Amino acid sequence: MTAGTPEDLQNTSSLDLTSTEDEGLWLDVAFTWLVRLFAFCTIAIMVWMTVVIFQQAFPAIQEFGIGFLWSQEWDVGALLFGALPYIYGTLATSTIALLIAIPIGLSVALVTSENFLPPWVRSPIAFLVELIAAIPSVIIGLWGIFVLIPFLLPITLWLHNTLGWIPLFSTEPFGPGLLPAGVILAIMILPTMAAISREVLIAVPGELRSASGALGATRWETIFRVILPAGLSGTLGAATLALGRALGETMAVTMVIGNSPLISISLLDPASSIPSLLANQFAEALDDLHIGALMYLALILFVLTLVVNIIAVLMVRFLSPNLRES
Amino acid sequence: MTNSPPLSVSPLENDPVNDLSSPLPMKRRLFSIGMTTLAFVLAAIALLPLGAVLVEILKQGLPNLRWEVLVSLPAPIGMEDVSNGFGNAIVGTFIMVGLAALFSVPVGMLAAIFLSEFGQKAAVTETIRFIVTVLSGVPSIVVGVFAYGVIVFTTKQFSAIAGSFALAVVMLPIIVLSTEEALKLVPTNQRLASSALGANRLQTTLRVVVTSALPGITTGILLAIARAAGETAPLLFTALFSQNWPDPLPGGLFSPMPSMSVLIYNYANSPFVEQNQMAWTASLVLVGLVLLTSILSRLVTRQRSTSR
Repeated sequence: MTAGTPEDLQNTSSLDLTSTEDEGLWLDVAFTWLVRLFAFCTIAIMVWMTVVIFQQAFPAIQEFGIGFLWSQEWDVGALLFGALPYIYGTLATSTIALLIAIPIGLSVALVTSENFLPPWVRSPIAFLVELIAAIPSVIIGLWGIFVLIPFLLPITLWLHNTLGWIPLFSTEPFGPGLLPAGVILAIMILPTMAAISREVLIAVPGELRSASGALGATRWETIFRVILPAGLSGTLGAATLALGRALGETMAVTMVIGNSPLISISLLDPASSIPSLLANQFAEALDDLHIGALMYLALILFVLTLVVNIIAVLMVRFLSPNLRES
Repeated sequence: MTNSPPLSVSPLENDPVNDLSSPLPMKRRLFSIGMTTLAFVLAAIALLPLGAVLVEILKQGLPNLRWEVLVSLPAPIGMEDVSNGFGNAIVGTFIMVGLAALFSVPVGMLAAIFLSEFGQKAAVTETIRFIVTVLSGVPSIVVGVFAYGVIVFTTKQFSAIAGSFALAVVMLPIIVLSTEEALKLVPTNQRLASSALGANRLQTTLRVVVTSALPGITTGILLAIARAAGETAPLLFTALFSQNWPDPLPGGLFSPMPSMSVLIYNYANSPFVEQNQMAWTASLVLVGLVLLTSILSRLVTRQRSTSR
């Protein structure tokens, strides 16, 4: 318990503050390099993924060229492959999903971010909507097969019988099809849409609300003329991010879309999307060209989602910097 | 000079525009009420699917949930006296998710430590963060195709290793992003205090920053695990499925492995009613595991972030 003499202090190298030979220092340097290495690991995985998918798709790219994009043929026996029906199905289901999910998602965001309800009701609602994202996609698909399709069938029948003259409803529905797939997708992207729009709306400064109210605007006039315009880039970013999710969503869509390789303008007809085709055929693909064509489709999907996601991230990150900092 | 509109000269009490005591015009009031109703109806519709899915899973899955279902193998169709279940799929899911976590948790945590503690605001950090965000948006089926190209294509065999590899890539960005968020919540003062006491960066990071962010990091890892346990698409053509118990030998990892999510997919499309029912029971077990994990972890993070 006695204090060290000055001589003791001189002898303990651990108190030499200028020392660079401590073993702790080596550990420190090693650790710095270790974390740097693992951080670059994530970039490496991204590059690796791009290279592998491109490499595997190369035989098909050589064989079919860019014409693959608008060829409608998909015949495994004759080794003829074209992507158009699947690209169409992917885009059509995603469009339906966005048309449903944007107004509903915005409503959830508004109800849970404005002061319609006391805070203790608001956050549980937001929480419950986000919980849908936690339910595995395959289970939503199971529910889609046994609950949603039977529920939608009379509605789609009625649509066909009364609005059958519109090409969109021109065919007799029998269950699976583009419309149920779009509805399922809307359910699956709703949490993304709602959660991000909510964050964006919450970030709109309160002064704007007060100022608008002081000028005599009602709550909804404030929302439409001040809050939504202020959060526009953020909500557009949320919608784009939701689109990215919708393009790549696989299981639930595969289970309710009907998996038909034909293009039909009718929303009530069965169709196919790129992910659903991959899920259906990849395990059974034996021929190199068949695998190559599937890889080519995966590459198209990869590039498509990459572009959409990059746009979304940039929109949320850079177009609303004034909101982010506040 | 241009013609400016004439200023209102009428006394205030006769001017309907400036009469502050009069109620809002009917049109504006109806618009407000109408929009409020619409917003609430749409928000209620948003809650509908969650309730419908959960109710249906309970209704269809609960009657068949017995102990033997959790511990027996899938029985061949038509055999009444054999115990039927999906024990192998439960074990397979745990093995593959566990293996995936073994890879993605350390890599993800260390990468996040770099982003939040070492990278600061350098362009490299921004690039890495951007790529991780983009990676988190890559569809899981594309990740499956990647795992197919890397492992199944080279070994010429569907295997548990390929499945875990795909799951690890799915988990990695979730772990990096959530760990970084958790690390950012640690006050800078704690880092400064630790440095002032003479700790180097390794000691500060591991003993102070990571320790105090540990609850947040754990919830992120749990969320990633819950997500991976429910993934189906990348397993369909990497791990495939098997009707048997996973092989306990290490070589078993190089053969196909069953999982709960693929079992649900196969049974959902089955024409046999008893397999459909088994799909609901498996969903109940899977949703139970996944939702419990997510709810618990989200509640913990929520409390932490509101208390700050």
